[in-house]
Amino acid sequence: MNSDTPSSAGQLAAKNRKTIRRLWLVVLGMFGFGFAMVPLYRLACEVGGINGVAGTPAGRIAAASVMPVDTSRLITVQFDSTINSGLPWEFHPLERQKQVHPGQQVAVKYYVKNLSDQPIVAQAVPGVTPWQVTQHLKKLECFCFTQQTLQPGEAREMPVYFMIDPAVDKQYETVTLSYTFMNTDRDAAPKPEQHAAMTRRIP
Amino acid sequence: MSVATAHDDHHDSHDHGPPKGWQRWVYSTNHKDIGTMYLFFALFMLFFGGAMAMYIRAELFMPGVQLANPDFYNNMVTDHALVMVFGMVMPAAAGMANWMIPLMIGAPDMALPRLNNLSFWLLPAAALMLILSILAPYLFPGSGGPVNTGWTLLPPLSIQNGIGMDFTIFAIHMLGISSILASINIVTTILNMRAPGMTMMKMPLFVWAWFFTALLLIAVMPVLAGAVTMLLFDRHFGTSFFDAAGGGDPILFQHLFWFFGHPEVYVLLLPSIGVLGLVIPTFARKPLFGYKALVYGMGVLAVLGMVVWAHHQYTIGMSLFATNYFMIGTILISIPVGLMLMNFIFTMWRGSMTFETPMLFGIAIILMFSFAGVTGVMLAVVPADMQYHDTMFVVAHFHYALIPGAVFGLYAGVFYWLPKWTGHMYDERLGKIFFWWTTISFNITFFPQHFSGLAGMPRRIVDYSIQYTEFNMISSIGGFLFGLSHLLFLYIIIQTIRGGKKAPDKPWEGSQIGTPGLEWTLPSPPPFHSFTQAPVVK
Ligand code: HEM
Ligand SMILES: [Cu+2]
Repeated sequence: MNSDTPSSAGQLAAKNRKTIRRLWLVVLGMFGFGFAMVPLYRLACEVGGINGVAGTPAGRIAAASVMPVDTSRLITVQFDSTINSGLPWEFHPLERQKQVHPGQQVAVKYYVKNLSDQPIVAQAVPGVTPWQVTQHLKKLECFCFTQQTLQPGEAREMPVYFMIDPAVDKQYETVTLSYTFMNTDRDAAPKPEQHAAMTRRIP
Repeated sequence: MSVATAHDDHHDSHDHGPPKGWQRWVYSTNHKDIGTMYLFFALFMLFFGGAMAMYIRAELFMPGVQLANPDFYNNMVTDHALVMVFGMVMPAAAGMANWMIPLMIGAPDMALPRLNNLSFWLLPAAALMLILSILAPYLFPGSGGPVNTGWTLLPPLSIQNGIGMDFTIFAIHMLGISSILASINIVTTILNMRAPGMTMMKMPLFVWAWFFTALLLIAVMPVLAGAVTMLLFDRHFGTSFFDAAGGGDPILFQHLFWFFGHPEVYVLLLPSIGVLGLVIPTFARKPLFGYKALVYGMGVLAVLGMVVWAHHQYTIGMSLFATNYFMIGTILISIPVGLMLMNFIFTMWRGSMTFETPMLFGIAIILMFSFAGVTGVMLAVVPADMQYHDTMFVVAHFHYALIPGAVFGLYAGVFYWLPKWTGHMYDERLGKIFFWWTTISFNITFFPQHFSGLAGMPRRIVDYSIQYTEFNMISSIGGFLFGLSHLLFLYIIIQTIRGGKKAPDKPWEGSQIGTPGLEWTLPSPPPFHSFTQAPVVK
């Protein structure tokens, strides 16, 4: 219509088709962009570290190195455990907390038991609070580095070896190290709605 | 601007009216009829979403769990938002676009009339899906609990939800396709169908606003569609896009959602800014101050709006660099927003103003929306947001942004154009009563939520501790009054459709001032086919 000859309906249709084709390209491109974000986001996290306020993720193996032990102060490390919904396991640390010197190598054990009648593969995801300590908490060995498989009824004690870098700021006197175990097979895992306790039935 | 119209009397011979009965609507390719259907659909959804809001306010009237279980409460919070955003504001704005854009730019219809029919008819289907998602726990016992994630649909909860979530996802797919199709149609119409002489820079602000809105939708709706598709795959096909146990990252969904979600709030806002850009000059009887600045401002807003999404995610533990970037970007947004408001204020400056209902809404929007801008800047500041995040303060912020910024803008548009659409003047006295009733009750409802939020009351939780009782009671009483006021709104609309004083072609004295559209050159209501011969704008 914007052309000088309003009668050229064919011309207008062609022009419309061109515009529409371009707009569809944008739509498809953006749909693809959403999926491209999956690898791009992972890359951005690994290279740019945009997802870690703490810098290094808590799940990394630290190089075994000898650090001078700072005997002048003690840090309380608390151990915490969580079972994600849909994992019929028992999981808790064997001791709740420990007093450690920065630089001192520490070992702690977690107890885990498969309560179901099926073998289950699960993955533990670690976290450190306060987050500022994350990069100073060096793990030498951890059950969270690999997936754990437990046979029906099997129980196990799993060690964690770590130390706290003496470079950590003096203001951090208590640190919490927590783990959440997750079932890697979501479909086999019971749905949370089936745990009677978790959802009340609708009246 | 002078307009030579070639549309009137001479084409009676080939002006066939609309087909009769239901076929007129189901097979409609007429932009006015489709616009009308959009508007009625939105009106229906307004009451549907409003009913859910009434339940929410009734539940929160007192501490404790009174009316239903927590999952049902969270289901209502989720669907209230989805219905209001996708079912009410967007269709209402699209209805106005359908009705007005061709009339304003002198086009005979939308560029793609049949696609237009499809984009409308996807909506009732999507609404049906949403209703099914609410009913699913009762229709299919054992299929899982209600959808209780909130409108953000965050995993892992949304992965664990029952079959209701699948209906929700399909509803979002349909709504998404509908708005993408509508947007393509609108952009094509604006670019190619303008009457000779109607250059881009002569277009009414409403058309510009919808131009940017449609571009935003085309850019971000597909990303939401992709995100919920991945969610669907995680739920049923064993992928782990967002499942931490399988190596995925639930945070990625948040990024994808808010990459869509923040531009979406501008999608809701911009059409109403467009309406303001017509209402304010009309009733101030002065051309728009800084028309060009407003157009560029909206463009800047649209572009900036695409790169600040993670201000919704300050608390997830992003790197400090990323957090700072999003904070600065978000604060920058207030510049174009402030500029637009200033332009409207300067338009009124020394104008000869009259205060008909649309103008009352216009002025109230400027005041109350600025308030949302202020709380927005508070929320943009990271250390402050660490406190405010997920409290009622955020709820207060976005209701001040969305109800004046989007909903009242649409009400202003309804009152501004009802005479054009129906051929009748609405009852000005009732319009004014409706304005004061809604505005006062809106403030009673949401103002106290700033305080309960600052005091720490979390959002999306069915119960609260007793020190928030007074704030919530005030809020609930305001909420019921606000809900009730809409019965008057419905009454006014029905009354105006059925009769009333005959509306002249130019119902408003100032409607030709500044950059008006060509709609005022047509009779009220306009004929079924308009501008079959292109008018010439000089
Ligand atoms: C100066 C402009 C604005 C700024 C700086 C701003 C900033 C923010 C921030 C930082 C949040 C996140 C708060 C949190 O979750 O902790 C937020 C939430 C929100 N804003 Fe705004 N905002 C602005 C304008 C708007 C406008 C114009 C709209 C809509 C028309 C809007 C709608 C919303 C909505 C819907 C949410 C909450 C979404 C949700 O969590 O469900 N805001 N805003
Ligand atoms: Cu935002």
